Amino acid sequence: MKKTFRIGGVHPDDSKISAEAAIEIFPAIETAYVSMAQHLGAPATPIVAAGDKVKVGQVIAEPSGFISGFVHSPVSGTVKSVGPRADIAGNMVQHVEITVEGDEWMEDIDRSETIVKDIPFTPEEIIEKVKKAGIVGLGGASFPTHVKLAPPKDKKAECLILNGTECEPFLTSDDRIMREHPQEILIGGAIMMKALGVTRGYVGIEENKPAAIASMKEAAKAFPQIEVVVLKKRYPQGGEKQLIDAVIRRQVPSGALPIDTGAVVQNVGTSLAVYEAVQKNKPLIDNVITVTGRCLPVQHNYKVRIGTPMSKILEVAGGVPEKAGKIISGGPMMGRAIANLDAATVKANGAILVLTPEETRRRPESNCIRCAKCASACPMGLEPWLLNKLSRAGGLHAELEKERVYDCIECGCCSFTCPAGIPLLDMIRMSKAEVMKIMRSRPKK
Amino acid sequence: MTGTILFTIATLVALGLLFAVVLYFVAQKFKVEEDPRIGTVESILPGANCGGCGHAGCHAFAENVVKAPDMEGFFCPVGGNPVMTKVAEALGRAVEEKAPMVAVVRCNGTLANRPRTNEYDGYASCKVMASLYAGDTGCKFGCLGKGDCEAACKFDAIHVDPARGVATVDEDKCTACGACVKACPKGIIELRAKGFKNRRVTVLCVNKDKGAVTRKACSAGCIGCGKCAKTCPFGAITVENNVAYIDFNVCKLCRKCVESCPTHAINEFNFPPKPKIEEKPHEENV
Amino acid sequence: MNKLIVSPSPHTHGRESTQSIMRDVLIALTPAMVVSVLASGWSALILIVVGVAACILTEFLIQKYLLKTPVTVCDLSAAVTGCLLALNLPPNAPWWLIVIGSVVAIGIAKMTFGGLGQNIFNPALVGRVFLLVSFPVLMTSWSDAGSMFGIVDAFSGATPLGAVKEGLANGLTLSQITADDLTFSQEFFFNAGGSAGELSAIALILGFIYLLCRRVIKATIPVTILCTVFVISGIFWLADPEHYTNPVFNLFSGGLLLGAIFMATDYVTSPMTTLGQIIFGIGIGLITVFVRYFGSYPEGVSFAILIMNCAVPLLNKYCKPHRFGEVKK
Repeated sequence: MKKTFRIGGVHPDDSKISAEAAIEIFPAIETAYVSMAQHLGAPATPIVAAGDKVKVGQVIAEPSGFISGFVHSPVSGTVKSVGPRADIAGNMVQHVEITVEGDEWMEDIDRSETIVKDIPFTPEEIIEKVKKAGIVGLGGASFPTHVKLAPPKDKKAECLILNGTECEPFLTSDDRIMREHPQEILIGGAIMMKALGVTRGYVGIEENKPAAIASMKEAAKAFPQIEVVVLKKRYPQGGEKQLIDAVIRRQVPSGALPIDTGAVVQNVGTSLAVYEAVQKNKPLIDNVITVTGRCLPVQHNYKVRIGTPMSKILEVAGGVPEKAGKIISGGPMMGRAIANLDAATVKANGAILVLTPEETRRRPESNCIRCAKCASACPMGLEPWLLNKLSRAGGLHAELEKERVYDCIECGCCSFTCPAGIPLLDMIRMSKAEVMKIMRSRPKK
Repeated sequence: MTGTILFTIATLVALGLLFAVVLYFVAQKFKVEEDPRIGTVESILPGANCGGCGHAGCHAFAENVVKAPDMEGFFCPVGGNPVMTKVAEALGRAVEEKAPMVAVVRCNGTLANRPRTNEYDGYASCKVMASLYAGDTGCKFGCLGKGDCEAACKFDAIHVDPARGVATVDEDKCTACGACVKACPKGIIELRAKGFKNRRVTVLCVNKDKGAVTRKACSAGCIGCGKCAKTCPFGAITVENNVAYIDFNVCKLCRKCVESCPTHAINEFNFPPKPKIEEKPHEENV
Repeated sequence: MNKLIVSPSPHTHGRESTQSIMRDVLIALTPAMVVSVLASGWSALILIVVGVAACILTEFLIQKYLLKTPVTVCDLSAAVTGCLLALNLPPNAPWWLIVIGSVVAIGIAKMTFGGLGQNIFNPALVGRVFLLVSFPVLMTSWSDAGSMFGIVDAFSGATPLGAVKEGLANGLTLSQITADDLTFSQEFFFNAGGSAGELSAIALILGFIYLLCRRVIKATIPVTILCTVFVISGIFWLADPEHYTNPVFNLFSGGLLLGAIFMATDYVTSPMTTLGQIIFGIGIGLITVFVRYFGSYPEGVSFAILIMNCAVPLLNKYCKPHRFGEVKK
């Protein structure tokens, strides 16, 4: 019996049509637009100015708070400007615009193919290296990794779980790196285990990726402390809380952090980045992006430098087809619809998905038939129909809090499953934001 | 037969009397002592319970105003000055007259002026839309046209006309309660003085982008060129963050700025038509 | 390229719609309808057709001319109500009876509450109970089933449950009553004379299996109801087999299967959580058995479901699902 999480979940169509496309190196670009908001928390502060020469891997921005991160230049060339530019949602974010000249890397970066297995660093050194490399969680939330590797003093980490579930339909970038770089991922895992001081590691992979499972299992023979756990296919298994539940059968209590169960979850992509940062001195300057969609003639998995405009990626991938309706950064369940194609990629971009209007357009909303499918699908055990009703009534924040709207992980299972086409998550997300604002404004105990 | 009817009537009457007596004593026993002036003030108030005054409703307003030492900070936007005068009289206090206000939607980014650059397919709420992204036009600041203000208005005074795509205030119905101001996630709606004979001059734009960006997004946007500020003889106009603002307390309604504005972002309302100048047929509306 | 569509996530949706769910329910009801038509001939077919048409028409007219809201008859929920109502009437009932029932079911039980999803009581059951108390004679004179396309107006008799009730009232014991005709195997496949949908247990169970496979309903409610009926009637039967019918007879007679599978599981009028559904099912089972044993009506499923319908909002309020991370006490 394969493991999976215990509450809710849905089974959207797999659609991993780009799984067989090997990772290609994306061709050199002319201009890179590096966002200063690459991570959760405060945007980084740029330390370069127009006219400065930069090399690949050079620090161009420093963290401006505890939860923040370093940003490095993904290209070599001249800084053209530092100023606001529209992100995928059309909102203005500070960007550093770099005109590319050649491809000159920082000298200390080891660009050879050799795999370095020995970890000569102390936990403190590892965390410092990860922080200096600007590594963030590549699963989507882009939480700074060094913060997660240094849990609060009163919490004790017991194990590390590498997240290779990739439960969202269409996405295949994690699948590809697990097939092509299994050793590096596992060394990255070992590095993080050393940093956390734990001896037990797991890699959670869903059963729909047999090639990745085989390659990881083969590589894991050299890592007795890391176990590859094959999981049943079920969305949202890649959710941090769901994955912990699936792998070690512990549920994060409401309001607590995942570390309270003793588990630290890191994406396999993050693990690869950690390996490169610690063993090869290479900061996070590129990532693997799946370019996919049924309406695209060819599917790709590109290794793309951060700061490449989405429109450029789509152009190289074969252009945006005439019948494209929605272009999504990320998967169809939790990705963000792109309003501005000129926006540049950021560290946590994992995919560009092109859908036709027929595939994505919402159905007209009709009456709730109280089928409770949303409640059965909710992986957090909430009652989306009720939260929707309370949200629409307006002003019922106390009731919403009592019904734990703040526990919502915004996975979209409720909206996905609703036969009446009710935009449950739209409403819940709105009231969640309002309720959390009220909760934060309360004086702490 | 007759006996049954009589018996029924007698029983019902007896029951009625019994309950009346019980209710009377219960009412006496559990009577809540309340300042009688609260009732008086409440009866003067319009009873719309809109919350526009900042209190939970008309009763809460009455309670608070009676408790307060003076009329400072209390104003019923719905009833306006006449009601406040009456309230002050009832409480034996003096009250300052406030200029009557009206809600103004500071965006003229109609479908014609501001082309749509993408199609929004989510729940029709400005709040949901604003939290998702900048909007379905090139302008990040303007009206989203999903009608949160319309839903918030208790007086049927603000509507999103599908042909225009921008919220429009019905001046006759607007009581300046401010519900729409709170509901608008973009902060476009402002309460402005109604002005002499309802005449007003207003910048219908809040776009803080640089002129070129604004102009690309919307043909009726303020590009922050500052011509109006230079033209204004009274110094009522300030340009800050690339957008002009007219202080309605200083504006003398001379309308020189209206003519000076290259994008017609400054609009005049309720002035008699000027025969001599051929005005371009731009939208003259709130 | 078209203008890009932008919306909050998720960007994809499941295939199920209200219409597809209702269509599945109609498909699940088909075996029962076929049996009913085979058993009772054209009159049963007419009843079903008229019932469906009347329900759809009532909903259409009310939405179009009275409420002036978008017409939603295409979601097929009215058709389901019509079918269920038809299966709840004697197969030889006159066509106008089901028209009245449909108007009450849709007009009063459904639309007055705000249409689909808003009603407290199961519309088809409200229609049925309305007819039962308004036209008791028509509603309880059953044609004897078993005549394949036979001439229907031949013979009127009582349902097995009715016969039992009448016999007991006349001071007979069960062994005397059942000596005549009641055998289990007959009931199971075909022959329990009764309302159109009560004829064949196997047809209803086929529908049940279909609904389970299509994940339209969960087994919780029907199974709880049937278990409760079996256990409670079993206790009574063991105590006094001469006055209380045996549990197997109770399971397969009357409208229990139809009610448990198709009426009690109606989304709108059943609880949303498993715990609520179990309480709901136990309630229905208990009331059914008590009405059958001690009530003045021979059959109590309709009343049981309607009574438990009242409790649904309360059950929804107090039976919460298991929240993630909640420690089990």
